[in-house]
Amino acid sequence: MSAVIEQHHDDHDHHGPAKGIMRWVFTTNHKDIGSMYLWFSFAMFLLGGSFALVIRAELFQPGLQIVNPDFFNQMTTMHGLVMVFGAVMPAFVGLANWLVPMMIGAPDMALPRMNNYSFWILPFAFTMLASTLFMEGGAPNFGWTFYAPLSTDYGPPSTTFFIFAVHLMGVSSIMGSINVIVTILNMRAPGMTLMQMPLFVWTWLITAYLLVAVMPVLAGVVTMMLMDIHFGTAFFNAGGGGDPVLFQHVFWFFGHPEVYIMILPAFGVISAIIPTFARKRLFGYPSMVYATASIAFLSFIVWAHHMFTVGMPLAGELYFMYATMLIAVPTGVKVFNWVATMWQGAMTFETPMLFAIAFVILFTIGGLSGLMLAIAPADFQYHDTYFVVAHFHYVLVPGAVFSIMAAVYYWIPKWTGNMYDETLGKVHFWLSFIGINVLFFPQHFIGLAGMPRRIPDYALQFADYNMISTVGAFIFGFSQLLFLFIVVKCVYTGKKATAQVWEGAHGLEWTVPSPAPYHTFSTPPKVDLKEAHG
Amino acid sequence: METGKQHKWLVALSLLFSATYAQADWTVNMRQGVTEISRQVYDLHMMIFWVCVVIGVVVFGIMLVSMLMHRKSLGVEPATFHDNTTIEVAWTVIPVLILLGMAIPATNTLSAMYDAGDAEIDIEVRGYQWKWQYTYLNDDPAKEVKFMSTLLTPQEEIQNKVAKREHYLLDVDNELVIPINTRVRFLITSQDVIHSWWVPDFAVKKDAVPGYVHEAWTVVEEPGVYRGQCAELCGKDHGYMPVVVRAVERAEYDQWLAEKQQEAAEVFAIVGKDWTMDELMEEGESVYLRNCASCHQANGQGIPPAFPSLVGQGLSVGPIQDHIDIVVHGKAGTAMQAFGAQLNAAEIAAVVTYERNAWGNNTGDMVQPKVINDQLAGQ
Repeated sequence: MSAVIEQHHDDHDHHGPAKGIMRWVFTTNHKDIGSMYLWFSFAMFLLGGSFALVIRAELFQPGLQIVNPDFFNQMTTMHGLVMVFGAVMPAFVGLANWLVPMMIGAPDMALPRMNNYSFWILPFAFTMLASTLFMEGGAPNFGWTFYAPLSTDYGPPSTTFFIFAVHLMGVSSIMGSINVIVTILNMRAPGMTLMQMPLFVWTWLITAYLLVAVMPVLAGVVTMMLMDIHFGTAFFNAGGGGDPVLFQHVFWFFGHPEVYIMILPAFGVISAIIPTFARKRLFGYPSMVYATASIAFLSFIVWAHHMFTVGMPLAGELYFMYATMLIAVPTGVKVFNWVATMWQGAMTFETPMLFAIAFVILFTIGGLSGLMLAIAPADFQYHDTYFVVAHFHYVLVPGAVFSIMAAVYYWIPKWTGNMYDETLGKVHFWLSFIGINVLFFPQHFIGLAGMPRRIPDYALQFADYNMISTVGAFIFGFSQLLFLFIVVKCVYTGKKATAQVWEGAHGLEWTVPSPAPYHTFSTPPKVDLKEAHG
Repeated sequence: METGKQHKWLVALSLLFSATYAQADWTVNMRQGVTEISRQVYDLHMMIFWVCVVIGVVVFGIMLVSMLMHRKSLGVEPATFHDNTTIEVAWTVIPVLILLGMAIPATNTLSAMYDAGDAEIDIEVRGYQWKWQYTYLNDDPAKEVKFMSTLLTPQEEIQNKVAKREHYLLDVDNELVIPINTRVRFLITSQDVIHSWWVPDFAVKKDAVPGYVHEAWTVVEEPGVYRGQCAELCGKDHGYMPVVVRAVERAEYDQWLAEKQQEAAEVFAIVGKDWTMDELMEEGESVYLRNCASCHQANGQGIPPAFPSLVGQGLSVGPIQDHIDIVVHGKAGTAMQAFGAQLNAAEIAAVVTYERNAWGNNTGDMVQPKVINDQLAGQ
């Protein structure tokens, strides 16, 4: 079964996975666990997406049509939490599980049993979170940022379950990222130095450090909430000598690195795909690594730009404005490097490349609106309006989510051994691309015109663009069922993929057969130094 | 026949759009506003916007050229270059220079906003779930004008039962009135959760945080009515607490303030007299509908368990003093607010009387405003 013939007498490699459901419950195989993460995140993507469609349906016209304001707030909160913690982050962990060992020539993750635990915590955490929708008093309704005291003194009883769910997600993320760090630092094939690793491995290494650094901060802040709610402390209660603004500082000290946690692995994916389809090496590999590290460092020192209106002194405002503007420099370097990689290549435009190019363009639009938001005096007008909603959805949906889709199309022939349906893939891309822009571009305008975010009903001058935005949401949302169909079809049928799959692909994962055998690189491969990172 | 049908569709479609939006004052960009600061912010916004547009056009233009010219289908051979120190230094240094160019005017505008000069008029802005309270601070407490500003749009419009009027969701019962060409300082705080007081035309947005008093100021240059909304998620009715400011000539403002001070004096007088049951019930119903009905509902049935029913159970038919206390002080950990600071003694007396006698509660209890006034004063 395995293409890699083992010398020693561990017979593990000579038979495939166990049969039945227990294969998935007890598996310590990085490929199985990667698949489970990806399927789980897709399920969460559909769940969080259905919450988003409730929101957009309510906002189709002014007035209340479908839900009441409290349930609307539950939807915005659950949409954010499920998408951030359930869809985007596990999808990247799934990609890391599948790809990191294969890219660095390792037989598996360094800590396989812990890998199993970190996945299996998630279904419990999200079942608990989703169950709050059916509790008396409803689900959390204070936004995914759960600002105190709205989430403490004024929160619904289900807040306690939300806190426990966040703790579980944090444990899962920390274990997952420790595993990634240990695997990358210890299990690279002989001869592969750090500066020869594929950029996806680099970005994940840095992301994993960010996770280890900030998830405990998140755990801290929700624990302080728990104490305030149940044990009479007053960390965030001004009436008891506490400070509601402290909550925001602690939350965003987690929250800002968190947004880079959701985008750095995407940079790695795009840095793999563009060189393949441009048939040209990645431009400026070392500067890509340094830019990623710079972005990660800066992410720790800019958190209060989420809080420009919270009443900071002038010096604080200026510092956070300048530091935030600096992020544009390494981010610009990345975009310029991708464009320079495309320049004078010999490009073809298969589905992964289409998603990758759309990523570069639309992520850049999100980055530019981010630069506008960094300007503190202008931010007073943008803050907490739909302009912000448009901004972060541009970096997260056609940013992070498109990169995940690009990754799935790019590596799925390696995972399943079958080519996906290219025509359907392109249809999926164009529907998603058009849907996403119809959905989010008008939100820039309604935000500038003055529509606050997180409101279930709005003044009449915002009506046209809200209607257009909702149409885009339904186009984008339902297109994802096509994605599901394409993936399922590819698992079962399709043209057989070669080991190389893509003409221009470089890297160790393309040296193993398609589908990748259950165990790969039981013997470390020889690393062709020039080829390693494409 | 066929064209007739199409025509009907078009008419229906255009009606759908025009009916709802006939009154809409349609914009796609930030407002320039009516203050020196708001214009500076607008100019800053437009400058960064055009810088971003230029960057976008250059980067996306190069990508487009590359996508059109460097295609395998055109038979091109890929180049082999993969680094170039000169260009990499250039595209690191040039963005830094552009950022410096943005940072300088941004710093100037921000410093101007933070210039804490003396204001002629100080107004305390206090956020409540889900309304604003404005207090015109005055050294003489008798002259202190204080009122709540609550959404005027009726539930029928929100529930789509009647046509939506102009200023849907952006209309309040009591507007904040300020004079033009006068420096007005807003001292912004909150009674419960975090709110954010935002008037786009002034470029003023400041969070109202419990335990903090934040400062903002403006000098409005043109008379008019300026509308904004609460900008920080503050619970169920976050979308229903607009900010409306009417800026008027100084003389008009002085006259308005004098009238308000007169009214304030009258309230003190009213509190002193004996009220009849009918007067209390009439006033009580009006107070109830404005302040209580959004949670406890107009029929008193509430939405259990979050908002308990007041009909035939609980404090409404229990001890009078407990009933007064919960209205005055609220109940910690629930949505029940402390109305002692929001309502005057007459209003509290009336609403308690109303709740004890409406919807078949019929306890026959009457609470006089002066009793409440003594209790409030004794705090």
